[in-house]
Amino acid sequence: MTYLTRSPWILHYDASSCNGCDIEVLACLTPLYDVERFGILNTGNPKHSDIFVVTGGVNEQNREVIKNIYEQIPDPKVVVAVGICATSGGVFRECYNIMGGIDRIIPVDVYVPGCAARPESIIDGIVKALGILEEKRARMRQPDTGKKATGGETV
Amino acid sequence: MIELAFLIIFPTIVAFLLLFISRGAFRDSVVKIAALVIGAGSVYLLIRYYNQGLVLFSAPFEPATEIMFGIELIIAVLLLYLGIRYRKYLAVVLVLFQTALLLLVELVLLSDAHPETNLFIDQFSLIMAMIIGIIGTLICVYSLGYMETYHTRHPEVKDRRRLYFFMVFVFLAAMFGLVFSNNLLWVFFFWEITTLCSFILIGYAETHEATNNAFLALEMNLLGGIAFAGALIYVLSVDPTGGLLEIENLLASGHAIALIPAVLLGFAGITKAALMPFSSWLVGAMVAPTPVSALLHSSTMVKAGVYIIVRFAPVLTGTPEGLIIGLIGGFTFLLASAIAISQSNAKKVLAYSTIANLGLIVACAGVGTYKLVWAAILLIIFHAIAKSLLFLCVGTVEHRIGSRNIEDMSGLIIRMPKLAVMMIVGIAGMFLAPFGMLISKWAAIEAFIEAQFGLIFVAILAFGGSLTVFFWSKWMGKILSFDPNAVGEEKSVKVEKWLVLYILTGLTVLICLIFPLISSTLIEPFVLAVYGQTARLSQDNLIIMAMMLFLLMIMPFSMLISGNNGKKVSAYMGGRPTSPDLKFAGSMGITRDVTLTNYYFNDMFGEKRLLMTGTALCFGLILLAGVILAGMIL
Amino acid sequence: MISLWTALLFIILAPFIGGLVSGIDRKVTARMQGRVGPPILQPFYDVGKLFEKENLVVTTTQNFYVLSYLVFIIVSGALFFAGGDMLLVIFAFTLAHIFLVLGGYASYSPYSFIGAERELIQIIAYEPMIILTAVGMYMVAGSFFVSDIAASSLPLIMYLPGVFIGFLMVLTIKLRKSPFDLSTSHHAHQELVKGVTTEFTGPSLAKIEIAHWYENVFLLGVIFLFFAFSIPLALAALVIAYLLEILIDNTFSRVKWQFTLRSAWIIAGMLGLVNLAVLYYLAGGLLP
Ligand code: SF4
Repeated sequence: MTYLTRSPWILHYDASSCNGCDIEVLACLTPLYDVERFGILNTGNPKHSDIFVVTGGVNEQNREVIKNIYEQIPDPKVVVAVGICATSGGVFRECYNIMGGIDRIIPVDVYVPGCAARPESIIDGIVKALGILEEKRARMRQPDTGKKATGGETV
Repeated sequence: MIELAFLIIFPTIVAFLLLFISRGAFRDSVVKIAALVIGAGSVYLLIRYYNQGLVLFSAPFEPATEIMFGIELIIAVLLLYLGIRYRKYLAVVLVLFQTALLLLVELVLLSDAHPETNLFIDQFSLIMAMIIGIIGTLICVYSLGYMETYHTRHPEVKDRRRLYFFMVFVFLAAMFGLVFSNNLLWVFFFWEITTLCSFILIGYAETHEATNNAFLALEMNLLGGIAFAGALIYVLSVDPTGGLLEIENLLASGHAIALIPAVLLGFAGITKAALMPFSSWLVGAMVAPTPVSALLHSSTMVKAGVYIIVRFAPVLTGTPEGLIIGLIGGFTFLLASAIAISQSNAKKVLAYSTIANLGLIVACAGVGTYKLVWAAILLIIFHAIAKSLLFLCVGTVEHRIGSRNIEDMSGLIIRMPKLAVMMIVGIAGMFLAPFGMLISKWAAIEAFIEAQFGLIFVAILAFGGSLTVFFWSKWMGKILSFDPNAVGEEKSVKVEKWLVLYILTGLTVLICLIFPLISSTLIEPFVLAVYGQTARLSQDNLIIMAMMLFLLMIMPFSMLISGNNGKKVSAYMGGRPTSPDLKFAGSMGITRDVTLTNYYFNDMFGEKRLLMTGTALCFGLILLAGVILAGMIL
Repeated sequence: MISLWTALLFIILAPFIGGLVSGIDRKVTARMQGRVGPPILQPFYDVGKLFEKENLVVTTTQNFYVLSYLVFIIVSGALFFAGGDMLLVIFAFTLAHIFLVLGGYASYSPYSFIGAERELIQIIAYEPMIILTAVGMYMVAGSFFVSDIAASSLPLIMYLPGVFIGFLMVLTIKLRKSPFDLSTSHHAHQELVKGVTTEFTGPSLAKIEIAHWYENVFLLGVIFLFFAFSIPLALAALVIAYLLEILIDNTFSRVKWQFTLRSAWIIAGMLGLVNLAVLYYLAGGLLP
């Protein structure tokens, strides 16, 4: 194991979540789940993060924002879409302003479905993401393979 | 002695020559050659006298003093005329009063006075002469280009460059005279000449504001002049033969006699150095062209004020009067540093920082132990170099970007990289280890602890020092921030300006490396001669400082090695996508600019409030000293 | 007077000690909040990870400022542990922080810009007290050299209780503990994102973190000086002081900068200066 997987710092972005998933993400930080056990910190700053956790679907307003934040996260980085809204648009899929899941904009590595996603599955998703993160780091070392967006993994 | 006379007379001759030259190119070459000669002359002086200690010269007293008296009367008439013309009756009254005192001295008291040794030179005079001879002349050369641009930028101002250069060279001569004179009467004469120069050069632009500020400066300096004249009268009434007019004799005569004139001269010094109740004249003087501010109002003329106080420090030390003068200096340092935080006008920041540093020097000299005098002289040197560099940088920047506001200097490192680096060196020289000013502040802290009532000053230094850190750093930060809107615009700065700036930047750094040498060859012997003991920094610390300086100089090279590491992305704007020049779409789809401004803390460090506090405090202290003095005389 | 060995020891060991202290800090904090908390070695994992990351910059000069920050923090700490002049140590320390501030300014990012301004406010808040601490130590031990102060047989803490409390106060600022974590914070305070460190990523951030470790060890060294006459007592004091800081961190919410500045200055003025004044005038000036 490298350091990367022992110290994943997350950035949580609320795209257009109903706040249900947000609360669950925050629940992970509470004493009951205490993700800091695994070295996970919620940084609130893309430039310090490794894992981009997005809740809610993409809409016109935040499309650019998500892209911008994604670009500002230093490599290697992974994206975790939390909640069914983030994976596919969920119940809001048909709304006039919703474009769909996060993968319409940026490559998503881990999908955590559920409405709302439970803290356990969120943590599980993040742990899955760590594996991908490690893979990406290894690939970063060999410049030729490039950094192709990987397909998703569902928890 | 011939060297001293040369340095006083030669600039005078050049001044009169310049009064009649109106052709630009000819004037340029005359000024440059004269500057070179004066600079070389002062360096020669250094080589000739650096190891000779105090040397007294018996210059002829009679004709010279009469000529000076004549000139003083002419000046008085001129000032009276100008005062009446501009309806500045306070100035008129002060001139009349001072002239009356002067007549009393010249016609009544001086009848059988025959001071012998009227000129002298020692290490302290040498240091002052070097500052005048090197930094002063550099600024003269710089002002050639500056005044040229000044007049194209300000077509409304009448081109009086002949008068300008006349005044500047007269000023140089007067400064040399001031530091070489052993005779207080002569010091007074040169003192008055510098006041006149300052008055005329502040009013150079002839605007309403300039005239007002010039008169303000004149009035305050005349107050000091009157105190000076009072000192002369006292000395002559104690010793009608005039032997005590000689500074060396006066210093040797002990507290009982010398204290009263020392305090009066201290008061004169306080007005000249623009300490707190009188600080407003120096701030007002910033309307003058920038080289004038650099020459008169930071590196030399105001130093005459502290020069006289440092000279009389051995008399002041350990007395309540000395303590009061020191406290005035200390409070000025604290409050002026605080006020500088609230200023965004670069020249005003420099003005307040100058006032603060002069205050610190006076605090050292007023308390006046040998260690503090050592620190004070060191402060004079470092301050003169770094501050003149900063003034000239600001002047150059002002002419390029058309503003002297610090907020407008955002991203200067991209717009004018060379100038920005010079400015950074100057600013670092003012407050950062291991540069000059900090060394002397450090020495001052150590020295104050051992002095009487030193704890007050230690506290003032601890708090005031951190205030200076704030306003300098935020200025530095502004210059160094990579403002995305900035574009290069450094071209078209004249070669001679560059030359002067390069030399001053080099000097700022060099002086930090060689100051132990200056200390051991000039300052320490001087302090030793006056006090019988001397101070110095420990060898270990010197080595560490040199190492730090070295480290600081090689650090930028790290940029060559790892400098280009890193992928460039835009700054984090809360996720908002921005254009390269940091414009972003606001909530209603309106495009917005990013503007970043420094903190100024107007409610905490506002100029008005603190100035009032300082004036009240220092005025009270002066009154207190006055009462004590009156008690002593009666 | 200056010992190279202890300096070298500091340069090598301080990151480990500092990292461990910070790991323990996080563990204790977690326990105070009823959590399990990260492993003790977590800070090392974090820094190790940061070095594995890509370096994103707004301007490449940021690299220079961060490196200079680290280097001068090490210099000031090494100077301290070598037994050098306390005032020079403080000045080098200020210089280091000015580099961090300039790094914050350099990126022209709103968050780091304000963070830099606040860092400056913190500097002016704590600097007077730190200088007064050095002066107090001089008054008791008769020397500014750390080696002499440490060798002094006088119990500094007995003479300088006010100064010590004042120093603890500014220590809260220096350790970036709540309520004074204005410019940047270890907690997820979102108001300024990460303040002055916002625009530093990967290796640069790691250097800042390492500098912070060095700094903490240096600050603990200053506390040690107060108790240098008895080593067990000194170690106990270190532990208690640090635990106190953690407790403060966890029980107070962040205050405004005005309050930080005022309270730091008032405490420096009241406790520090009064302490020194009493020492100065009642004990008859300088102690032997
Ligand atoms: S998945 Fe359910 S809880 Fe989560 S944001 Fe969508 S609607 Fe809300």
